[in-house]
Amino acid sequence: MIQDILVTGLVNGGVYALLAVGFSLIFGVARIVNIAHTAFYMLAAYCFYMLLVKVGLGFALSGVIAVAAVTLLSVACYWLVIEPVREHEAAVLIATIALALVFQELMLFAFGGHYLGIPSTLDGVASVAGVSIPYQRLLILVVAALMLVATWALLYRTRLGLAIRATANDIEVASLMGMNVNRVAMATVAISVALAAIAGVVVAPVFVVDPFMWLSPLVTMLAIVVLGGLGSLKGSLIGALIIGYVEAITVFALPAGAFLKGAVALSIMVVVLLVRPEGLYGVAFEEER
Amino acid sequence: MYLLRRGWAELKNEVFVLPSRTAVLAWAIALLALPYAYGDSYVLRIVTITCLYAIFAASWDLLAGYTGQVNFGHALFFGAGAYTSALISLKLGITPWITVWIGALVATAFGVVVGFLCLRLRGSYLSLATLAFPLIALGLLFAFPDFSGGELGVSGLSRLATTVTANYYVALIAMLGAVFALWLIADSKFGLVLHAIRDDEVAARASGINTPRYKLAVFAISAFAAGLSGALLAHYFRVAGPSTLETALSFQVVIWGIFGGVATIYGPVAAVFILYPLTEWLGSFKAFGELRLLIFALIVLLVLLFMPRGLSPWVRDRIETACPRCKQRNRAWRSACRLCGAPLENRGQTTISETPRSP
Repeated sequence: MIQDILVTGLVNGGVYALLAVGFSLIFGVARIVNIAHTAFYMLAAYCFYMLLVKVGLGFALSGVIAVAAVTLLSVACYWLVIEPVREHEAAVLIATIALALVFQELMLFAFGGHYLGIPSTLDGVASVAGVSIPYQRLLILVVAALMLVATWALLYRTRLGLAIRATANDIEVASLMGMNVNRVAMATVAISVALAAIAGVVVAPVFVVDPFMWLSPLVTMLAIVVLGGLGSLKGSLIGALIIGYVEAITVFALPAGAFLKGAVALSIMVVVLLVRPEGLYGVAFEEER
Repeated sequence: MYLLRRGWAELKNEVFVLPSRTAVLAWAIALLALPYAYGDSYVLRIVTITCLYAIFAASWDLLAGYTGQVNFGHALFFGAGAYTSALISLKLGITPWITVWIGALVATAFGVVVGFLCLRLRGSYLSLATLAFPLIALGLLFAFPDFSGGELGVSGLSRLATTVTANYYVALIAMLGAVFALWLIADSKFGLVLHAIRDDEVAARASGINTPRYKLAVFAISAFAAGLSGALLAHYFRVAGPSTLETALSFQVVIWGIFGGVATIYGPVAAVFILYPLTEWLGSFKAFGELRLLIFALIVLLVLLFMPRGLSPWVRDRIETACPRCKQRNRAWRSACRLCGAPLENRGQTTISETPRSP
């Protein structure tokens, strides 16, 4: 059981980290609370399903096309819906909720509400120190780790990353220094949604695909981001691992744990917030005006 | 006779001078007269549900719009009211006329607890943390299905009244009373403090306002109204199920609130009265039945692109202007202010915080 907890926690934590880092990034740069973030994850899973099962492309090709298509869609949504109401925070908020509902209903209309299964990308089981891990879960772990390293490299080793970090730090000064803040925001949207889409593509064979699959990771992701500190990437990563392990322990060790896993994870978030209102790695509130 | 004349004068001087107040009065009278004018039971049923949701939306507005505590878990209070009232009336056999109030009081207790936990949080942290509370409650409900009924919820409740029309009047009077009470609270000195807390909490505290106490109070009031609406709706549907705690309901109330215009009380009510019957009406078409949520979301998106501050501030800016000197509101087609006589020229660009003050 200990091994199960270790592996499940790590794999789920990896997926949550992909989602939470993207969400955190977009909040930090553009101050958008993107409720539709996991809806893009759902869209990527559907896109992957359609290309793989209906069209019959290979795994790698359908994965890449799905991620690219969803990323393009997110940029289009940003220009059409979010950009015109950027000054009104409340409007941005319900615009993203409405977008998520639109995607959910479109998928419900196109594919129906039943669960869709996707064949595993890699069959077989690896056995590490007596624990058997399906290759698919290993793949999730590897992809998550690679993507997190790539994001880190992008943010800290490129000019675009410098611009993104500068904009997150102080949007007005970044604008004064000649950065095109709107274009930086758009690039951030693309990066963050691409991370969510990659998560959607790799987990689709493990979880079932249905139009409501965005709701439960949404809540977990928000809990992680708040737990780690809004806008802090390190916090999101550590928060994702904490929540991943807490959920795994609840499911394996408690009776009726599957029902309680969300409740326990969220309670931990509430406890952390009571002790540290700004989250684990958030910047303490300066008394903002 | 004196009272009649006094009442007529009040009406003429306070209500008919502003088109928005006249519209509200006309709307209330129309709702009261609806069963006599058009007693179709389907229509009455829709309007009954709309009324109860309107209380819910207005209670969210007091908390989120006025005080700035943008609550993403408002369904917690709704569900607390619904489940408490349902369980007490079913297990102890008490009449729903009493249990709805107990439900509302339990919701108030939940409100104080949530408010206490969230006192130190602000902005997006508060929104995202409050999202968690109804889900924790939902997890507990599913973990103890013997007590809560699990997926199916608590069913077999009795209604407050027997006939369709009587139920309609119960809901309508509850709605008019609750919304008017919330509006009075929001428009009083207490409401002014709430505006201050939203705009600048530090400055409010520096002015000697005990902001934590005010925030707890507003959480309690808002939760009371939300719990009342949840309990009434549970008795109307005759079931209190897990859908009363779902994230979808919390998001729904956020959409109603922002669509109608925050910090107005009547805005979210108007939004419910427009959006809820609209979705039901769309659902009555076979072709649209599956698409109604999609159309709902698209309408919300389109309206927002044109009126980013919400529906009711947009409409009010078209029919009324604020006097540049005394800030009193006037009909848009008057040439001079009705109180101080200052000339009115351009359309007033008002912000949310400049809601009309009335005696």
